[in-house]
Amino acid sequence: MESVFAVEKLTTPLEEREDIVTVKGLNKWFGDLHVLKNVNLSVKQGEVVVVLGPSGSGKSTFIRTLNALEEFQDGKIIVDGINLTNDLRNIEEIRKETGMVFQSFNLFPHMTILKNISLAPIWVRKWKKQKAEQIALELLERVGIPEQANKYPGQLSGGQQQRVAIARALAMRPKIMLFDEPTSALDPEMVKEVLDVMKRLAESGMTMLVVTHEMGFARQVADRIVLFDHGEIIESGSPEQIFDNPQHERTKLFLAQIL
Amino acid sequence: MEEMKLEANKELNILKRSSSQIGSLQWLKKNLFSSWSNVLLTIISAVVTGYILFNTFQFIFTADWSVIAVNFRLLMIGQFPVAEIWRVWTILGVLTVLLGLSWGLWKGSMAHVAVSIGAIMLIMVAMPFIQMSTRLILGGNIVLLLLTFFIGTKLPKLKIPVIAVWLLYIPLTIFILNGFGVLAPVSSNIWGGFLLTLLIASVAIVISFPIGLLLALGRRSSLPVIKYFCVIYIEFIRGIPLITVLFIGQLMIPLFLGSGVEISNVLRAMIGMTLFSAAYLAENIRGGLQSLPRGQYEAAQALGLNKTYMMTFVILPQAIRAVIPACVGQFISIFKDTSLVAIVSLTDLLGMGQKLVANPEFLGKQMEVFVFVGFVYFIFCYLMSHVSRRLEVSLGAGHR
Repeated sequence: MESVFAVEKLTTPLEEREDIVTVKGLNKWFGDLHVLKNVNLSVKQGEVVVVLGPSGSGKSTFIRTLNALEEFQDGKIIVDGINLTNDLRNIEEIRKETGMVFQSFNLFPHMTILKNISLAPIWVRKWKKQKAEQIALELLERVGIPEQANKYPGQLSGGQQQRVAIARALAMRPKIMLFDEPTSALDPEMVKEVLDVMKRLAESGMTMLVVTHEMGFARQVADRIVLFDHGEIIESGSPEQIFDNPQHERTKLFLAQIL
Repeated sequence: MEEMKLEANKELNILKRSSSQIGSLQWLKKNLFSSWSNVLLTIISAVVTGYILFNTFQFIFTADWSVIAVNFRLLMIGQFPVAEIWRVWTILGVLTVLLGLSWGLWKGSMAHVAVSIGAIMLIMVAMPFIQMSTRLILGGNIVLLLLTFFIGTKLPKLKIPVIAVWLLYIPLTIFILNGFGVLAPVSSNIWGGFLLTLLIASVAIVISFPIGLLLALGRRSSLPVIKYFCVIYIEFIRGIPLITVLFIGQLMIPLFLGSGVEISNVLRAMIGMTLFSAAYLAENIRGGLQSLPRGQYEAAQALGLNKTYMMTFVILPQAIRAVIPACVGQFISIFKDTSLVAIVSLTDLLGMGQKLVANPEFLGKQMEVFVFVGFVYFIFCYLMSHVSRRLEVSLGAGHR
């Protein structure tokens, strides 16, 4: 069966797959503030990694460095075989292959939903307008709001806007999806519709890095959970390991505070 | 029981009816005569307003407007040779055709521009002192406007050619007016009146906008050379009065270019106004750029759009939309400031007015001349601000 989001679904076990994201010895400072301390992480193709941690722990900053929305001072990031340097061409190549969903949606308010989704495929991927719009409509169908195509973002609810934002990122046919607290700005009754879309995306085999506070989602969907505190990874492991048998004191403290 | 209800209903109906009848009276009472101090204020302001209105009307109906009638051509086109007047009519005709087609093709804000210009022509046709030939040509233009409107609605293919002709319109106008060897030369030194006002204002508005846009982008550039050039330019221009810029234009431009190159007074004034207005527009546009949340830049970048695409499709459309009112304010200001070119010995509408007043033949007619000049300025400034309001509404779709 063709996967719903046109991702190539691998059947090999996770351990045998290749790394699609590799981060080695990553360090970042905001002035004197050391926000990322020697972060090492690799993500396999099709793996879903959920990044947890208290606010201010550097988890959002971390995933924003992966598509160069934040600079870093030391270390190495390789995304889909491309070494992330200051070279603008490298940065644009990586951004083509990584979709990003923001906490505050960041849809373009002056364009219709259809234009929002088809803009980058037309100008960056150089697809024909017709093809790009066709794909945009299909994606809207998949995220459950095909009837909104000709409306403007301001006319949609928060949950609908976030689903459009996911469709917009997917329209570029990325290999990796980054989610930066995608449900934190939503009203409680709209959280589920967005998480459902993300869950289906994960099932279809997309590589995902998700920063979130949704513990249910983390336990159910994640292949691996990574815990950030004070700019470093303090623990990582499967959901069962992290939730049922945490090793680190600060992990226990964090879980005690939110569960 | 039933009867009582009916009775009550009837009374209610009477009450309702009378309340609508005496509605305006009650409104007056409530808003204008609610207390003694209010009554006093109402009476005083009524007397003052009445006095001003009475005197205004008395002036309008007793004034000797013949000074305008006799000099109407001078006020409109200055000393443009009578034999060559067909050139002015030609450029007006081209404008009419463009407006009519655009009205038919795009509707919306273009409809407001076209209808307003048509209305101005209609008013002029109705003026008692207009020559019959002028009246016929203006009437013909109105018919042409409506005709091209219908053509526009029928032929959507014309969009691109019409845009092309719009872009060429100002160079074309200057070419037709000047002649440049193809037609008999009419030196720009004798261009004058409202024609000159319109020419200088439109050149300044149309050219200063892209320059201002580049300056605004340059000021936010990460390259220090570009950034500081833009900052220094903007702050320098904003630090000196327009008159100074105009004088600098008159005296310095010939100095820079050396004796070999002759640049007409009019062109120098246009350059001065354009450079001046670009600095102010740049600051307006920069305000719009800064009003956008950082998330818009980040979303565009995350999608892989390069800087040019990001600016063209995401940032500038939103930024410019946010500053339309401020920019139109600047356009109106430029339009009125063209009257300063009278100081560097050009005879625009106001300059022509001053010359008329100085003529002993029209002694004591200052009021009539300046009221007329002010009226013309008002009509066009009001038109601009009206169109800008429509533009905001029509562009505001889905924005919020």
